[in-house]
Amino acid sequence: MSTEIQGSAYHREMPDWGWYLGVVVAAILWWLVYGQLSAFSEWVTSLFPVARDSHTGEAIAFFVYDVPKVLMLLTGIVFVTGVLRSWFSPEKTRAILAGKRQIWGYPLAAFLGVLTPFCSCSSVPLFIGFVSAGIPLGVTFSFLIAGPMVGPVGLGLLYGLVGWKIATIYLVFGFSIATTAGYVMGRMGLERYLQDWVRDLNAGPVGDLPEESLTLADRLKIGLEQVREIVGKVWIWVLAGIGIGAAIHGYVPEAMMLKIMGGEAWWSVPSAVVIGVPMYTNAAGVIPIVEALLGKGAALGTTLAFMMSVIALSLPEMIILKQVLTLRLIAIFIAVVSTGILATGYLFNFLL
Amino acid sequence: MKSVKIYGPGCKRCAETEAMVKEAATRLGIDLDLEKVTDAKSIAMAGVMSTPGISVDGKLVHAGGLPVASKLEQWLTA
Repeated sequence: MSTEIQGSAYHREMPDWGWYLGVVVAAILWWLVYGQLSAFSEWVTSLFPVARDSHTGEAIAFFVYDVPKVLMLLTGIVFVTGVLRSWFSPEKTRAILAGKRQIWGYPLAAFLGVLTPFCSCSSVPLFIGFVSAGIPLGVTFSFLIAGPMVGPVGLGLLYGLVGWKIATIYLVFGFSIATTAGYVMGRMGLERYLQDWVRDLNAGPVGDLPEESLTLADRLKIGLEQVREIVGKVWIWVLAGIGIGAAIHGYVPEAMMLKIMGGEAWWSVPSAVVIGVPMYTNAAGVIPIVEALLGKGAALGTTLAFMMSVIALSLPEMIILKQVLTLRLIAIFIAVVSTGILATGYLFNFLL
Repeated sequence: MKSVKIYGPGCKRCAETEAMVKEAATRLGIDLDLEKVTDAKSIAMAGVMSTPGISVDGKLVHAGGLPVASKLEQWLTA
């Protein structure tokens, strides 16, 4: 049997069993390598001519351990999510949400926001598609907030780097903020603050897209495509985030961290939000920083507030949404979501 | 002659999709009348909410992510 590989990647047709076998082998390899990361990073660190317990030694160990760990977690999460999401689409989500004006439209939208494949480059067509199909504005916002805020990448990395307790807290509160913020904005009757041309669109022709019947191998292929695209795009943010995390881990004294990000100072939560909103990175870049902050004794509420504002409110996304929302509506959007984040931050600083 | 429209704001995937469509058409020996739709409003009004989207002879066949090569040939020959 000849296994000649011909032409470009698009021509190469692998049989279905090749995909199944490949995924199983890759998963086993992933598991074996992941278990050895700690030993590997200690070994690499020992090659540097610095004492292991010095500031520099700590920083190097953090970096060398986190880089392969985060990249491996990211690859695994993106692949699994990519495959699962191939069963969902914005078109299906819209069909589910259309006409759901009842109160549970909000949590449903937030839930679907997590499952629906979504890229910020298509947030404008998506927004128009939702609004023109008669989905209430508040429900649309719940969807748009939940997508980035409680995305699988952020949750998975939080679970892998910080632990399940904090990942669960984040999931519950991120989801609550998306639901509540959408509800609050729904009650405010903000339709008049859409850009004129959006308001004038009546329920447009809802293009009925025929279901593409995909085989499991096709879906695995989509997962791999996602890995190639997303990991190829965010790795630089991951390295930057881990670099900052390593610097914090190695050099920032605990006493100073407690003073700046401890739970005592009332202003620590709002400053975390003010710093977090304009910061543009993604979940994969911010969680190594969160890991280092928490490790140094930063208060959980302050750290959560920082992480949520970085992930959920990003300036570039606001600029994209400017095409459909007036500045006033964008300001209300930021204010409502920030309030939810502030409340979460204070709650945890107060409780713990 | 197939009239194909590719909907997308000009992201990397949209360019890749265009290349895939051209390649498939060449392979199948089909003449293409290719149009790229990049305006957000037109994209949305065509019923595309996740880009890139593809329509063949006015009929929307795909939205969201790169198309699967074998499907692409089906759409072009249908």
